[in-house]
Amino acid sequence: MSVKACFALFVGLVLAFDVWAGPKIQSWRTENGVKVYYVHTPELPLVDVQVVFAAGSAWDGDRFGLAHLTSALLDTGAGRWDADAIAQRLENVGAQLSTGVSRDSAWLDLRSLTAADKLDVALETAAEILAHPRFARADFERERKRLLLALKQREESPGQLAAMRFYQMIYGDHPYAHPSEGEIDTVKAMRRQDLEDFHRRYYVARNALVVVVGAVSRTEADRIARRLTDALPQGEPAAPIPPVPAPQHARTERKPFPSAQTHIYTGMPVIRRGDPDYYALYVGNHILGGGGFTSRIVKEVREKRGLSYSAYSYFVPLKEKGPFVAGLQTRNDAAESALEVLRRTIDRYLAEGPTETELEAAKKNITGGFVLRYDSNAKLADYVAMIGFYGLPLDYLDRFPREVARVDRTAVVEAFRRHLDPDRFQTVLVGGGAVSRGDGEKQ
Amino acid sequence: MIRRFLCFLWLVLLLPLAACATAPKVHEYRLDNGLKVVVKEDHRAPVAVSQVWYKVGSSYEHDGITGISHMLEHMMFKGTEKHGPGEFSRIIAELGGRENAFTGTDYTAYFETLEKSRLPVAFELEADRMRHLKLDEKEFAKEKQVVLEERRMRTDDQPRAKTYEHFMAVAFTNGPYRNPVIGWPADIEALTVADLRQWYRQWYAPNNATLVVVGDVDPERILTWAKKWFGPLEPSEIPPLKPRTEVEQRGERRLTVKVPAKLPYLLMGYKVPVLASLPEDRQWEAYALTVLAGVLDGGESARLATHLVRGRQIAAAAGAGYDLYDRLPTLFLFNGTPAQGHDLDELEQALRQEVKRLQEEPVSAGELERVKTQVTAEAVYERDSMFYQAMQIGLLETNGLGWRRLDEYVDRIQQITAAQVQEVARKYLTADHLTVARLQPLPIKAGQRPPAPAGLGGNHVR
Repeated sequence: MSVKACFALFVGLVLAFDVWAGPKIQSWRTENGVKVYYVHTPELPLVDVQVVFAAGSAWDGDRFGLAHLTSALLDTGAGRWDADAIAQRLENVGAQLSTGVSRDSAWLDLRSLTAADKLDVALETAAEILAHPRFARADFERERKRLLLALKQREESPGQLAAMRFYQMIYGDHPYAHPSEGEIDTVKAMRRQDLEDFHRRYYVARNALVVVVGAVSRTEADRIARRLTDALPQGEPAAPIPPVPAPQHARTERKPFPSAQTHIYTGMPVIRRGDPDYYALYVGNHILGGGGFTSRIVKEVREKRGLSYSAYSYFVPLKEKGPFVAGLQTRNDAAESALEVLRRTIDRYLAEGPTETELEAAKKNITGGFVLRYDSNAKLADYVAMIGFYGLPLDYLDRFPREVARVDRTAVVEAFRRHLDPDRFQTVLVGGGAVSRGDGEKQ
Repeated sequence: MIRRFLCFLWLVLLLPLAACATAPKVHEYRLDNGLKVVVKEDHRAPVAVSQVWYKVGSSYEHDGITGISHMLEHMMFKGTEKHGPGEFSRIIAELGGRENAFTGTDYTAYFETLEKSRLPVAFELEADRMRHLKLDEKEFAKEKQVVLEERRMRTDDQPRAKTYEHFMAVAFTNGPYRNPVIGWPADIEALTVADLRQWYRQWYAPNNATLVVVGDVDPERILTWAKKWFGPLEPSEIPPLKPRTEVEQRGERRLTVKVPAKLPYLLMGYKVPVLASLPEDRQWEAYALTVLAGVLDGGESARLATHLVRGRQIAAAAGAGYDLYDRLPTLFLFNGTPAQGHDLDELEQALRQEVKRLQEEPVSAGELERVKTQVTAEAVYERDSMFYQAMQIGLLETNGLGWRRLDEYVDRIQQITAAQVQEVARKYLTADHLTVARLQPLPIKAGQRPPAPAGLGGNHVR
């Protein structure tokens, strides 16, 4: 779930937070085989519910955009209700419902008041949306047209074009290569039947999990999970996503675009969710480009040289190897020098690693401020969904700061060298400064 | 314009704010030097949000120095006599905190989120830079480049943001909302350290600020800390603001913005009052306009989604918004993108028909009830975010309304009738007070380079 990606910066007093243990996540299976993750948060009379499926765009096959469109159609008609009726039912009780996909997962998020008369209506509606979406022809045509316009609008943005090309370059033929929203040609070719087939295959009990975070008891949480999934067929878990091959050699592409800025991305596929090296990479990257104003990339690119408004690096752990991404955007005539600064900063970090001072500051920041990552019901629900979907330990929220505190300089240096190889980095520049240098570097 | 990744401008512009009917107790204090301190307890986690709000933003600026509030916001991280450039961020980071700042039309605000016992550090640092900023010439030169990059990213390369900027400049004649928060490019380039110093001295004073704290805190202790750190600061003499009351619009205004883009886009804005501009006995109008925005755009069951996106399928997307808490009379906004096979004319006509219908027939009891239910539910949901709770308090204090207005919100909305909604639609959504902007896409040719910068005042630097 890339949504739930963290740019977070935080930290501080390990002691102060040890007293306040992380939230207690409970987990069990319903009779139908659906895994439930539950946290009791009694303070506000609301509940956040998420139903998550292994049904992200990695399972699109050659119909790029299929997972996305399937998800987008869910609340436009289900059982005996059309889109208007669904919207009215939910909004009459003040409930908020949304659906979405990432490369790995598809989800339905429901936020409701806990008052029984309101929650019941919200759950009944959401259950029908999950189990019996209509995929009516008229809705399908309308939503497909809207998606096509959104895909067209994407081409207005040098930043989005650069990000799309970056993923294609690092992933090649792998199912992570294409954008979740799909491409104009594949969406044009989509048929209603494709959505029905996708839904039948992936929106099933054995491919689902339910997250319940709110002012409800465990018994009530179990009832919520059953209510939402009892009508789903048993089905089968999704097939595994194939492993990601590493790019063989470095490439740089330059795509001219009539914009005032040039957007730059560089990186490669690196890490799976659950990899024990993640802690060292996370701490290390906090120093390199993930820690906001205190990170090296921001200092070099923005603070010292005024080259960019935002400059950063991050890891996106996925089911299979997710990317390391470093990027920035700068005025056209500074594009090459900014890229040079970015590359030098990464190279130097790989060669030398962090200083002890940097490492201590980063660890303090991450561990001390960890609680800020889930200090609201909504954020906590997102975290629990991530933990459930990727099968991380239930004490992950306690474990993460502990593991971070254990990371030392050697661990960072070795993890970075083990996972990152600039000789395999893929780089893309899109904008008015993306001029081919005629030295054969393009493509 | 937040200093980094977020943009609150649209949030504040388009989302109706809602408060909580049964909100926990709020404590209010004022220090001898005029600093207002507002504390709201929220004990769900051992953390607290601290925000310092200054009564200054782009609507306080005049021609020639637009963007100065936002530029000063950037410089507030560049060091004081006591703490060098970047130290503020480093210290907060080491404590596990988050810090940043944002500037809007009517405010500049600085915030920290921290483990609760660490708040004194935030107070110490904020107090230090409230009166002892260094404003170094070299740091300013670099930061100006950063702000110009920010402008390119947020506006110059964004067809819709660019359209919005031009739209506001046409909709307002002499009212200060005509200028973009980030400033016009030539103004940004021409700003000097001397300009900033003057702006800083004038507005950054305890008697022009509100300290808001929301979190797992004891209000009395917050007061003690606030006195210790902010208490010694000298107040300023704050000059009364010149009125700059927008001249009455005499007839519809239209503009076309031609930029490289893939899709056309429509913006429509009617001049409307806000809570702060209405006399006591007419303040219901601001709440009625808020309900009106909900009828049109309060979710998937609202009229724009039901009639235009799904029903007639004229719009691929359509929205409406109004913010009753703005400092000055504002715009009731519509925006939209035509669906495939439809054009801007049809979309505009369809939106005008929706307005007409609101004027001709009262909204149904069901619609009204739904909007009110949503408002009540949102008042509960909003309490999930400490940051947002603090923002609401800060915004209302800064715009002269006072945080107590938050407590009234749900009740006042509940009292609105269909007849009142119809009345404000008739009174304010009139063609003579309307501005319409159309984004007309120019082709984006593959491989095309941008046009060369056009002399002085262009978007390009050196």
